[in-house]
Order: sequence, then structure tokens, then C-alpha cells
Amino acid sequence: MTGPAEAVQERDPGLQPERTRLAWRRTTLACTVVAVLAAKQAVHDETGPAGLIAAALCLLVWLGFLRVAHHRIRTLGGAPRPAPMPVRAALTATLCTIALAAFAVAIVV
Amino acid sequence: MLRSVGAATGNRAGRVRRVTEFVRGLRLWFAPQRVREEGETPDYRFSLANERTFLAWIRTALALIGGGFAVDQFLPGLAWGVRAGMALGLLAAGVLCALRAVNHWVRCERAMRRGEDLPVTRFPTVLSLVVAVVAVVMVVVVLFGWEGGR
Repeated sequence: MTGPAEAVQERDPGLQPERTRLAWRRTTLACTVVAVLAAKQAVHDETGPAGLIAAALCLLVWLGFLRVAHHRIRTLGGAPRPAPMPVRAALTATLCTIALAAFAVAIVV
Repeated sequence: MLRSVGAATGNRAGRVRRVTEFVRGLRLWFAPQRVREEGETPDYRFSLANERTFLAWIRTALALIGGGFAVDQFLPGLAWGVRAGMALGLLAAGVLCALRAVNHWVRCERAMRRGEDLPVTRFPTVLSLVVAVVAVVMVVVVLFGWEGGR
């Protein structure tokens, strides 16, 4: 942990880490909206076991995205010069997005 | 060298170069440490800006996918074929957008490490044209399909 004086001194005047953190939060929010839409549709259409499993899968995808975002936000908040995003994080975020799309295709067809 | 060839000759060389670039980028997805191996680490602010661009594209993809859900959910008066077609189109655009986001992010990261120019792309143009066409189709379908349906 850095002391407040040190943190102020080392702070990036362009607030790049903060902006990136907020971008992650916005993206998490967008992911939440889509996941809620998906879960709502799954439960609304057929509230049998299939619908519940589908809703649980949505929740799982959402939790996966949340985990990546949380890790990244913590990294960005910790260091004054945060390391670049790991490729794994980018891939996970993309896979969660594609999983939601695949889920939507399954509902439409 | 490949770059100058692509710039000098016409479509074919450019296409080949693009495919090679794409395959190389694809390999990097699954061998992340290789991104870090070449070149030198750029200013962290550039990497963060690249990350934000990636996130913006992911949000665009999520919005398109949400649009697919919305078409399916909120336009029940339409014929199944039209509704499914529009929804699938939006969803496919969303998937493409997500894949392209990660690919472009890797390519930019690599270009910055090597000190090359950032990759140019016509994806935004294509995407905006697709969105415009879908919007026009939706307006037409809602205006005329609605009366036909009820």
C-alpha cells in the first residue's frame, strides 16, 4: 500500500487507470442488462427444468464476467502504473459475450 | 516487406496479407506470453487506452446482442421468419464484433510493442452500414407488418 502523499504524487494527471476502471464498470453493467434479458426470457418462456437450467447458465456467464472485471478493477486500483490487461481476461470477456449470443440464438430458434 | 507488397499491388496480395495477419493474431490469442516477448513494453497509458477501446467494442457487441433479444421479445406481432432473421442478424453482428474486439486489441498491442503503425480496418464502416440497414428494415417492417398482423 502506498501512503496518500505518495499516491497523490504518482497519480496520472490524465486519470487513465480511473477511466479504464469506469470502462470496466460500464461494460459489466451492459453485461448485466443482457444477462437479465436472457434470464427473464428463459424463465418467462418455459419455467420447467430446461428454463431453470438456462437461467442458471446465464447466471454462470454473468459471474464469469464479473470475476474478470473485478480482478481487473482491483489491479487498476492497486498500482499507479498498472500492467496491461492479460490476454486471458480479454478472451474471457469475449467468450462470455459470445456465450450470451449463443444463448439468444438457442432461444430464437 | 510484406507491408510494402500489400500496398503496392492490388487486392490479392492485400488479401493474402490480411489472412496471414489474421492467422498470426489468432495464434497470439492462445499463446499470450508471446505478445510480451517481442518489442518493448509501451507507455502504460497507451495500453490502457487500447484496453478501453476493447471494452467499448465489447459493449457494442453486448448492445447488439441485447438488440437481438429485444427484437425477439418485443416484436411478437411479426412473422416468425422476419423476427428470427432480424434477431439472428443482430446476434451474428454481436458475435463478430466481440471476436473482432479481441483480435484488434491483440494486433494493436503487438503493433505498439514493435513500434509499428496501428492496424487500419474497415470494420466500423461495415458495422455501421449493417446497423443502418437493420434499422431501416425494422422501420419498414414495424410500419407495414404491424397493420398486416392485426
